[in-house]
Amino acid sequence: MSAALRPYAAAFRARFLLMLQYRVAALAGFATQCWWGAIKIMVYAAFYESAGAAAPISLPNIVTYTWLGQAFLALLPWLADPEVGASIRTGGVGYDRLRPIDAYGYWYARTLGWIAARALPRAVLMLLAAGVVLPLVGLEAWAWQPPAGPEAVALFVPAFVLMILLAVAVLMLANVVVAASLNERGVNAILMPTVVVFSGSLVPLDFFPDAMRPFLHLQPLAGLVDIPFRIYFADLRGAAALQGLALQAGWIVVLVALGRVAMARMMRHLEMQGG
Amino acid sequence: MNALRLYFRYVGASIRAQAQYPAATLLLTMGHIGATAIEILGVFALFHRFGEIKGWTFGEVALFYALINITFSLADLLTRGFDVFGTDFVRTGAFDRVLLRPRSATLQLIGHEIRLSRLGRLLQGLAVLAVATRLAPIEWDAAAVAIAVWAVTGGVALFAGILVLQATLAFWTVESLEVVNVLTYGGVQAAQYPLDIYAGWFRRVLTFGIPLACVAYYPVLAILKRPDPLGAPDWLLPLTPLAGFAFLALSFVAWRAGMARYASTGS
Repeated sequence: MSAALRPYAAAFRARFLLMLQYRVAALAGFATQCWWGAIKIMVYAAFYESAGAAAPISLPNIVTYTWLGQAFLALLPWLADPEVGASIRTGGVGYDRLRPIDAYGYWYARTLGWIAARALPRAVLMLLAAGVVLPLVGLEAWAWQPPAGPEAVALFVPAFVLMILLAVAVLMLANVVVAASLNERGVNAILMPTVVVFSGSLVPLDFFPDAMRPFLHLQPLAGLVDIPFRIYFADLRGAAALQGLALQAGWIVVLVALGRVAMARMMRHLEMQGG
Repeated sequence: MNALRLYFRYVGASIRAQAQYPAATLLLTMGHIGATAIEILGVFALFHRFGEIKGWTFGEVALFYALINITFSLADLLTRGFDVFGTDFVRTGAFDRVLLRPRSATLQLIGHEIRLSRLGRLLQGLAVLAVATRLAPIEWDAAAVAIAVWAVTGGVALFAGILVLQATLAFWTVESLEVVNVLTYGGVQAAQYPLDIYAGWFRRVLTFGIPLACVAYYPVLAILKRPDPLGAPDWLLPLTPLAGFAFLALSFVAWRAGMARYASTGS
């Protein structure tokens, strides 16, 4: 690894390993997500039984979509990094300002470590439960299916990486607002519902009224759930999938650029708190 | 001073504290409306796409949704002390101080922190109730109103029972176990659709395990004057919220047992 990247990798690793320690939280999250996944799937199944022809996605695919969503729920950028708020309030941010590294890159690496470590154990447990145990006990119809084929795998891997990078880019904007306003509650109150609705986490974006679909598919948050998951079961393939990847990458560039500008402005006006 | 007056003193103190920061309280309430209202948006999107769910219309499901959200918002308002009991009382040793006061611990915990922001869920529940009344064939005669109030009361008792059980567990675990959220928030999630859309095992859990169906599904059938598609007799439907009170009574038996073995953490 090049020397320039080492401090960022170290910041990521430290945060990642620390957050992995919270096993009880991970188990509680897993139990909650199993319950939520089961309810969502039963509700979808009842709707499909009543009027399945109206659905834009097949029932097995919506089941997989639901389990993917529950497994990677902790990757959704709906809470600003709590350590950023804490470091601003305690004045700890002063140490960060003294480090001879890029401030945006440093926070980005730490926030990445935070969400990755929160998501990893939950995702592994969910894959075991919904992808392995359910088919073994004879509930294949309700299981997390493997990707649609080699092409889907080849496209899903970059889409998944971009989904995480995009999530952190969104969180960085939230972090900057937290740092400027000294309080994360307001940011989180707006961020949570926005992300849940516009990412496709609440229901797939294609379930919303037709008139809204062109807008929903172009806005930045679609790259957090809708694009990668539809690539997974080949609802998006070929040129459409590549377009999805380009959209994710494009929004990452835009949001990182915005985040850097906003952070530079915020840091110039930052007043050191307490001690 | 009698218990009720003391309780209202607690409520008054809590509200005055929040009134010191009116803008923050207002914004938190708006945020809570936003966070809880996205669920009805999801329900609406599904009905817009599919039209109906096993013979139920959007208006009818909106009634289930509204009543369970109103119920939970009131329970959430009343039981904050039990919700944070492990983290804020047992772990910190603050429960020792509660026990030293010549008043019941239950009263002091119910009076702990009445969060006005929780009215956000209540407001959006009431708004959805208005929508349901417009869309569904609901006749709000005296009997229907009485059943609705009775179901909400039974539901508040049931959710309070769940939170008392969570607090009881904290005597052993010292922390508040967040996994109980599966039964509270997850219970709201489950009860906002009619019971007969779910699989058999899940219906039994919601009727005999955690009797959410008894405070949501069955009484709502009585309000809609619909026979139960699953076959429960009509006369039984308005009686089922009793299960919520039974659940709360059992929870308090467990709570007493926990109190008897309470040992301070010494912090």
